[in-house]
Amino acid sequence: MDPSADEQELIRAAVGTVLQDLGIERASLIPILQGVQNRLGYLPSLAMRQVAEALQLPEVEVFGVGTFYNQFRLNPPGKHQIKVCMGTACHMMGGHIILESFERRLSILEGETTPDREYSLERVACVGCCALAPVVVVDDNVEARVSPIRVDGILLTFDIERQQEERQEKREEGREP
Amino acid sequence: MSKLITLIIDDKQVEAKEGERLLWVALDNGIYIPHLCDLRMARRTVASCRLCFVEIEGLPNPVTSCTQTVSEGMVVRTRSPRVDRLLRTGFELLLSNHRLHCAKCAKNKRCELQKIAKERGLKLKLTRLRQLVKEAQIDESPGVFCYDSSKCVLCGRCIWADQEQVKVGAIGFIRRGIGRKVATFEDGLLADSICTQCEACVKICPVGAFYLKEDERKPYKIKKEC
Repeated sequence: MDPSADEQELIRAAVGTVLQDLGIERASLIPILQGVQNRLGYLPSLAMRQVAEALQLPEVEVFGVGTFYNQFRLNPPGKHQIKVCMGTACHMMGGHIILESFERRLSILEGETTPDREYSLERVACVGCCALAPVVVVDDNVEARVSPIRVDGILLTFDIERQQEERQEKREEGREP
Repeated sequence: MSKLITLIIDDKQVEAKEGERLLWVALDNGIYIPHLCDLRMARRTVASCRLCFVEIEGLPNPVTSCTQTVSEGMVVRTRSPRVDRLLRTGFELLLSNHRLHCAKCAKNKRCELQKIAKERGLKLKLTRLRQLVKEAQIDESPGVFCYDSSKCVLCGRCIWADQEQVKVGAIGFIRRGIGRKVATFEDGLLADSICTQCEACVKICPVGAFYLKEDERKPYKIKKEC
């Protein structure tokens, strides 16, 4: 998934600003990456390359830091963010089965984003409502006692929503001329 | 010139320069201490392999000899029940994440793990832990060598060679915990990276993770007689 020319421009500009604010010290690598993620929502490979070049570090060093910390994400956040809880209670109640269902349904792995950037899938550790295990947080809604059937339901709701929006758009387009 | 001092390692009196690292003083004097991650030339000691423990008189607990600098009158023991236990556990932890198939390994008989096992009478077998690595993950893309991450012990020697010795910067540590591995930018193939295939990593690898293709033993077929 290579970013388009517009996006590349956006990434370059964002990294440029962050570097200007924070300098090019080796010690500010983490703040720089945080700054880039704040602006872009994720760490694109182009941004990591650019940071490495500015700080005169091997690219793989920047990639290593980006993959070491959980706070950094290498894939763009999807329109709908799905967070599957993998805390102790959810794990016991089959959280991994739920994660696998999402992975299968969306054909992506945990930590990835669908190519249309509609969904991103993450695992999180305990969202604080263990009595409702296994829990999934979809955007900001907590889904309780999720089963693989509910996984299909969640995705179906979004599909229907999208189809309705598309129909609406078409209708509006048809009315305009 | 730093001044010369004397210390005692395993009842043997040895001379060394003040401030030298104990591990290398011992090795220079023919006293073996198991070690994987430390390099004499490295500026920074990583102390990640946790194998080079020794007991020093006056210190409450065993310490890693690669981070310990020598001082006048130091009394060191390289073997003790506590040291042996730390080594045994550390060694088994390393083995649990190391694909063991010595007979067909390119580094058979030149492997640092085999040497440690021989020196300390340890088995190259898991007794208390479960084997974590199941399958070989081999990057065969470079011309003359391969990288098998299922045999990597994460000592970081190859990264030192790559970044500090030959100053290429193609490989580094990525991810963390159980996912930790030596890889290129975005975990791609070595041939697609900025790797110059200088083989510095192959020369420095203590185990069979980086190995020359010519050293690879073709897996022999077992004929089944019916």
